[in-house]
Amino acid sequence: MSDQNYTPKSKLGKWFNDRLPLLTLRAHLTDYPTPKNLNYWWTFGAILTFFLIAQIITGIILAMHYIAHADLAFESVEHIMRNVNYGWLIRYFHANGSSMFFLAVYIHIFRSLYYGSHKSPREVIWVIGMIIYFLMMCTAFMGYVLPWGQMSFWAATVITNLFSAVPLVGESITNWLWGGFAVGSPTLTRFYSLHYLFPFLIFGLVILHIWALHIPGNNNPIGIDVKQPSKDTVPFHPYIVLKDLFALLVFLLLFAFFVFYSPNLLGHPDNYIEANPLVTPNHIVPEWYLLPFYAILRSIPNKLLGVIAMFASIFVLVILPWLDTSKVRSAIFRPLYKQFFWFLVADVIILGYMGAMPAEGIYLLVARVATGYYFVHFLIILPILGYKEKTLDIPLSITDPILENSTNQSLAKEQINKK
Amino acid sequence: MSDQKKTKRRDFIFTASYTLGAVGVGTAVWPLIDQMNPDASVKALSSTEVDLSSVQPGQSITVLWRGKPVFIKRRTEEEIAKAKQVDLKELKHPEKDEDRAKNPEWLVMLGICTHLGCVPLGNKGEYGGWFCPCHGSHYDTSGRIRKGPAPTNLEIPKYEFVDNNTIKIG
Repeated sequence: MSDQNYTPKSKLGKWFNDRLPLLTLRAHLTDYPTPKNLNYWWTFGAILTFFLIAQIITGIILAMHYIAHADLAFESVEHIMRNVNYGWLIRYFHANGSSMFFLAVYIHIFRSLYYGSHKSPREVIWVIGMIIYFLMMCTAFMGYVLPWGQMSFWAATVITNLFSAVPLVGESITNWLWGGFAVGSPTLTRFYSLHYLFPFLIFGLVILHIWALHIPGNNNPIGIDVKQPSKDTVPFHPYIVLKDLFALLVFLLLFAFFVFYSPNLLGHPDNYIEANPLVTPNHIVPEWYLLPFYAILRSIPNKLLGVIAMFASIFVLVILPWLDTSKVRSAIFRPLYKQFFWFLVADVIILGYMGAMPAEGIYLLVARVATGYYFVHFLIILPILGYKEKTLDIPLSITDPILENSTNQSLAKEQINKK
Repeated sequence: MSDQKKTKRRDFIFTASYTLGAVGVGTAVWPLIDQMNPDASVKALSSTEVDLSSVQPGQSITVLWRGKPVFIKRRTEEEIAKAKQVDLKELKHPEKDEDRAKNPEWLVMLGICTHLGCVPLGNKGEYGGWFCPCHGSHYDTSGRIRKGPAPTNLEIPKYEFVDNNTIKIG
């Protein structure tokens, strides 16, 4: 940051800042130099921040009306929906907000993969991001249990039973997680406690995520370092702030469609039936954003190996910066990687679809192939590609291709020659 | 200052205090972890008595024991014969039917799929026993796993017949 010696203009500000230099951080929201070629895929960080805060606010409100007890939870949710003033709005906001949160985080993650934002020197940002993502999945899962409908109950049963696959101590672990011999009231109350805690952990990690981001600065679509800040960057405010706000408003249109026109589209009707430990719904599915991992779990016919594969599929993402050996960041200059990137996107979407289908016949076969490809992509293709791929020429600076109206150095040179 | 690595009195004090500190922290943390284990009121509900007088042959009832469903099935002659015929070599988790049902007419077992804990459906599946809809495990008329991802047979809880018509589970 250029602004280490910032001093507030007002007397009070100066007095306060001398005692706690909090206002010095202001520069990170104003003058922070941002590459001027950032596209709209870079706006999802701001969108995610909005949704984290919105989920925390709506969650705190819901907690004022919700009762975490196996006999009362289902009714208290209906009470929120029917009796509490605007309860329906706040609950639909919270429930659909989580879907939007995940949609935004998936776009954010795939943007990193495409433009190489996970690579040196931004590995720590990436790893923190993956921890946030993992905590998000835990939080969403526990939140899904709270309404205590059939899907809540059986999702809790199936997911906590994953730990029963652990050799020897599996049963002790599940009993410990449940606080009983099956999912029940003690399970519900502890999930509620942790569901309330985790968003604040995520909030803390988001601050670390942004802190780590502000050390090297943003990556950008052509994936090269800023050479001359005066030429290659613009200040965060107003340029990026307004662009982020505009993108947020557009994204909120989609959100509003779900909240106001089809609030239950992403949910499951079975969750409007109260939890019943004697009857399992015919077809259990997790929320859409967890489906790819669910498909990986089911595609392996062995219980323990299935669980290991599911956790491994998240773990390969954590170590991705060290699996992707290419020195070139952006896929724009990596013709082969660009194709494999889209194969991966397709693979994850296929896995998601298979996770929603019954685990039999052709679905199971496709899920197995897609699971295999997922690991091949990260563990075999990416490491080899870094050595084998012939990358395109990289522009000299961020400004260079913009001035020459091309993202490609050789093309830019041709244009110069033509002139 | 000597560069030699020599165990001194001070190293001993360090090691001893770290060890004591670790034991202290461990002792202090244990209640925070153990509070999540099944509590006394949960453990107190350890047995359930069930009246079986109204159960007809071929019929199955499901009761709740410790928050878990228990299947009590009065098997027909045919089903018992089918369960006994099976060659143990075919089984993923070999168990004789005689060992699973003390009284062959009554099969008592936890109605919890050993894969991920769903409740299997009765009189379904390729082996005429139970079928788990979640991830497709098939169990035979003795509740033994025959096909699918579940690793073991349906679990048999502790139970005894109090009299001819009453069974005590747990």
